[in-house]
Formats: sequence, structure tokens, C-alpha cells
Amino acid sequence: MILWELFVAFLEVGATAFGGGYAALPIIQNVIVERNQWLTMTEMTDILSLSQVTPGPIAINSATFVGIKLAGIPGAIVASVATVIPQAIILFALSAIIFSGRKLTLIDRALAGLRPGVVGLIASAALSIVISSLFAGNSVLGLDLIAVAAFLIALLLRYKKLDVFTVVALGALVGLLGGAVEYLLP
Amino acid sequence: MSYWLFFFTVFKVSAITFGGGYTIVPVLKDEFCNKHQCITEDEMLDIVAIAQSAPGPIAVGVSLLLGYSLKGRGGALLGILAAILPPMITISVIYFFYEAFATNYWVRAALRGMSGAIAAVMLLAVFSMARQVLKKHKLFSAILLVGAFALAWFTSINTALLILVFALSGIVVFTLKDLQEKGDES
Repeated sequence: MILWELFVAFLEVGATAFGGGYAALPIIQNVIVERNQWLTMTEMTDILSLSQVTPGPIAINSATFVGIKLAGIPGAIVASVATVIPQAIILFALSAIIFSGRKLTLIDRALAGLRPGVVGLIASAALSIVISSLFAGNSVLGLDLIAVAAFLIALLLRYKKLDVFTVVALGALVGLLGGAVEYLLP
Repeated sequence: MSYWLFFFTVFKVSAITFGGGYTIVPVLKDEFCNKHQCITEDEMLDIVAIAQSAPGPIAVGVSLLLGYSLKGRGGALLGILAAILPPMITISVIYFFYEAFATNYWVRAALRGMSGAIAAVMLLAVFSMARQVLKKHKLFSAILLVGAFALAWFTSINTALLILVFALSGIVVFTLKDLQEKGDES
């Protein structure tokens, strides 16, 4: 039953995405793209781009997108709720302990191992995204020149600390301009 | 603060804060610490720290804990709902446009540009995260980071399993280190 499969898959995403932000990405790639093949790499990159210019966390955005794609609105609800269940259980338990003022050495130690490991996983996901976005074209060397142009401009602007929303929105603009050039050229 | 005002405040912030990760934290802090003055800055720091020790999106964790400390368990559930509803609604709407227009020439061009931009954003994010985690426990962190990258890139190993290994290695290494230091003192 697809709703159950969605529930289990996003329970795994929710239970293992430590560190917030891009931490969910390598897990979504592993569970949703590679193991279940519910999304292509291009769709995952599109969702990632869109989640930078829409509200909300990447994990919830992906859960809603995949859920609705596979099983309509009920799928979106099941997948999104599954994503937050492990977090809710752990935080309910933790807040009972920590708001009473105790420090948790065990969790600190686990996090000291999780943080660098997760960065390594995100690096691998980032490399997949760089390759799938820059080499999707059918022109010179298989490079998508529109994506390459947007990539280089974004690299410079982001390095200069321009915010992510504006950088990604400008990427769309570069895409449209590049699209116009490709459209006019023979 | 009433249940309704709490729900409305989190819902509003979640709906207007674009992009995932920590982007929502300063906005929530401004609403609850400065505007409504029902949480102190110290409490807010604790909440962010606790949210980080559980998996799942930071926005959801912080909203849950804000609800918990203001209104107890009911508030916590309300916080989750207020955090996930705006992205669920937005992505549901976007999904239908995406399915209808993702193959349209101009939409595809814009998405190609955006995917190039997000590739650059991710790449720089990885470098800055790597620099951050390598500040502490250099050798241990570097081994985990490189090992995680290599395993994720060259094998199709289950990511959840890797996460478990990272957490355990943190617990084992730092417990042993602690025991050794205590041994040295006596």
C-alpha cells in the first residue's frame, strides 16, 4: 500500500536528518531517489531550488511533493506528518528532561560524531547536484551552458554573501535570458 | 499568550520565511522575544540548542519547543502544525503547476538556471560547514567527514546506517577520551 510505504520512507527521513537545513538532502537522495525511485535527480534538484524561494524546510517540501505525486493530498499529509513524528517524540522526551535543567552528555557526544559525518554526506549530495545540474545539456561537452552561466554567477554572488533567495531568483532570470538566447540562435 | 495568537504567530512566520534551515530562527526570536516578550533570549538559545539535538527540520523543532514552553503539550502540537501547514499548502499548489509546466520551454529554462544557482549555493555551504566542523576535534572530525563522503559517493550504503555509525563513534570516542583524562588525573 503506497500510503504505508510513504509513511515508512519519510519516517526514516525524519528520524535521520540531523543538523537541519541541507542535512535532509543526502537522506532524501538515498531513500526517495535511489531506493524507491519516486523522484529523478532532476526533480529533486528542482524541489531543492523551489524550496529556496518558497516557505518551509526542505524535508517538508519534499515530503509534500512526493506524497502528492504518489497518492494525492492524503499522500502529502501522510508523508509530511511522518517526517515530523520522530522529531516530535524525541523532543517531547528531551524537553521533559532538559527544561528541568539537566545536561545531556551522551547526546553531546553523539552530536560530535554526527556533525562532521553529516557534512560529508551533504558534500556527496552537493556533488551529485552539481553534476546533474551542470551536465544535463546536449551542447558542448554535454554541459548545460545555461546552468553553467547561472552556476558561475551564483558562485560569485553567494561568495559575496548575497542571500540565497536572491541568488536562486537571479538564477531563474539567468535561465530565462539564456533560454531566450538559445531560442533565437539556430 | 493565547493558543490562537501562538498558532497565528508561528503560522505567519513560517509562511513568510523562505528557504529552510536556520533562516526561520531569527524571525521567530524577533516575534517571541521582542514583539510579544513571552520568551527571554536565554530561553530562546536553549530552545535552539535542544532543537538541534533531535533530527528533523529546525523550524519544526523550534516551533514545537516554543509551544511546549508557552502552553505545554497542546502548544507543542499546535507549534508543529503551524510550522508545517504553510509549506504543505504552498508546495501542493506548486506541484500542480510543476506537473503542468515543468516541460514548458521557458519554465525548464528558468529551472535550469535555478539548478545551476542552487549547485553553487550548496557547494559554498559545504565548504563553510566543513570549515565549521573541523574547528573542533580536528583529526576525528576530518576522518568522519572524508569517510562519510567516500562511503556516500562510492557505495549505495544505507544513509540511516551511516548516521547511526556517526552517532555511535562520537559516543565511543569521547567516552573513552573522558575516561582516559579522568584516569590521568588520579
